[in-house]
Amino acid sequence: MTPLAGYLLLSSFLFAIGLAGALTRRNGILVLIGIELMLNAANLNFIAFWRFGPNPEMLKGIIFVLFSIGVAAAEAAVGLALIIAIYRHYRTTNVEKMNSMKG
Amino acid sequence: MSASFIILAAITIASAVAAMTLRHLVHCALALAITFAGLAALYLQLDAQFVGFAQVLVYVGAVAILIVFAILLTRGSEAPQQSIFSSSWAVGGIIAAAVFAVLAVMIRKSRLSELVAPAGTTTTVREIGDRLMTTYILPLEVVGLLLTAALIGAVIIAMKEEPK
Repeated sequence: MTPLAGYLLLSSFLFAIGLAGALTRRNGILVLIGIELMLNAANLNFIAFWRFGPNPEMLKGIIFVLFSIGVAAAEAAVGLALIIAIYRHYRTTNVEKMNSMKG
Repeated sequence: MSASFIILAAITIASAVAAMTLRHLVHCALALAITFAGLAALYLQLDAQFVGFAQVLVYVGAVAILIVFAILLTRGSEAPQQSIFSSSWAVGGIIAAAVFAVLAVMIRKSRLSELVAPAGTTTTVREIGDRLMTTYILPLEVVGLLLTAALIGAVIIAMKEEPK
């Protein structure tokens, strides 16, 4: 069986990729995709710690990930709706051009 | 390390890098779906069957489709003319690399790698349902309320504004 460190390294690499994408891409949708990647990396950590932890029969990690998936789905829906609303206003999804608060 | 873990990790990392670096937005969304599927396979490998299938349903099924819809509605399917990275890409890349370096060093130094997984546990969906309906009933209701609010909010935000 793969040691816990393998899963942790994989999830921290996924987190770093998502962070890099969220910080460097111009397109707002890609920024949201980066945030989704970071959330998924955290979920992988939850599951790995649950599996290697002392009391897996308590199901705490699994329950936490189920709620985390629900919250992430809500976040994705609202975030993409915001992107569409901003696109209708500015005619662009470039986050560098969205620099004024006043419509 | 088992061979299946190495293969799954390679697929997941390669598709995640592709999702963040490709030029066409539709290609990025498809690479993201592969990343989600790879993560679902990793959950299955970790004996979390229910979470693995929930991941396939929610992420590969719903979120990826939602992202494709957003890309098509914002006409992002055409390749951008100018650079795809923002002007401050170097700073962002350095920050992400620093975060990964700190995490990796800490994981290597910690004694977590000595942990051995307890003997294989079988988690039935019935147990998860029992927990959700007894111990975690309040969080479950709150998540239901949150999803309803997010559904209504997303529809209202994305609805066409009435011309004044």
